[in-house]
Order: sequence, then structure tokens, then C-alpha cells
Amino acid sequence: MQLGKVVGTVVLNNRNETLHGVTLLLVQPISSSREAVGRVIVAADSVGAGVGEHVFFVRGKEASFPFYPTEVPADAGIVGIVDSWHVG
Amino acid sequence: MLLARVTGTLVSTQKHHKLEGAKLLLVQPLTLEDTPRSGELLAVDGVGAGVGEKVLIVLEGRSASDAIGQKAAPVDAAIVGIVDTVDLPS
Repeated sequence: MQLGKVVGTVVLNNRNETLHGVTLLLVQPISSSREAVGRVIVAADSVGAGVGEHVFFVRGKEASFPFYPTEVPADAGIVGIVDSWHVG
Repeated sequence: MLLARVTGTLVSTQKHHKLEGAKLLLVQPLTLEDTPRSGELLAVDGVGAGVGEKVLIVLEGRSASDAIGQKAAPVDAAIVGIVDTVDLPS
């Protein structure tokens, strides 16, 4: 998983049937020192995250597991909202 | 699998139910020379690792899920061992 910050939302108009009801959020991956790492991605949200919150997300097929048995075509998914982290 | 160093801990109250009770640790993947390789990751801990320890991580969903005794948990990285020694005869 990776740390990220939710920076926005995405709304689909003409969407794949299995993406119905799935919230899509823009996530900026970050390091533990809160610096942006890489480019912003779109992730499916299964935990009710909101803009401005720190989250962690999975990449790959596992992103669709929270929506089982629906086979959601997602390759990134938010699976937790971060309260805090501590380095060292 | 990769060698990594545990660099920190993370607290998350609101998370996917299959991650309830799982310990989440920040890890920095390492080269054989103990220098950082690639960015840091967040991994579930299946072995009771602590900050500062060198560990073995898997970066694959099914294995990571198995490591915390779950089936189809939405995780993609897990700590599966604490490293005692790495021997690389030159």
C-alpha cells in the first residue's frame, strides 16, 4: 500500500455498468514526510474518504476486492483513512 | 520478495473490515547494500516486526492477504519475516 492525500473527485457520466455507485477520488501519493511522490491517480473509494484526508491505497487487482462480488474494473483503491503515522 | 527496513508505524481507525486488527508499518525497500531502492511503502505485518528491523516483504495480493490470515483482503504488501542475516558470497 501507499500513503496518499485525497485532492479531488471524479464523476463519470457514461460509465461501465460495474462502476455504478463506486466513488472515484483523485489521490496524490505522498511520502511519510508529506511530500508528493509521483503523479495524481484516480482510486475507487470503499471507506468513505473525503477531500483533504490522508488515506492509504492498494494498487492492482486487490483494488476491486472491497466491492466483491461485483468485479469492479479498478487498479487503485482506497482501503483506509489515516489517523496518524509516526516515523522512527 | 524484497528486503526492507521498517521505518514507522501508522494508525487507521476507519479501514476496510478485512484489515481490522492488522498492524500497518511503513517500510523502505532496500538494496543488498542497505541503501533505499524505490519509494517507501505501507505493509501489513504478519510477524510482529518493529521499527528499525530489517524484514522480508511480499508485494503481491494473495500472499499479502495470506500473511494476515485473510482471504481476499485488499492488501498488496505484507511483512512475512524478520531478517537475521543476508549472506552474499562474492
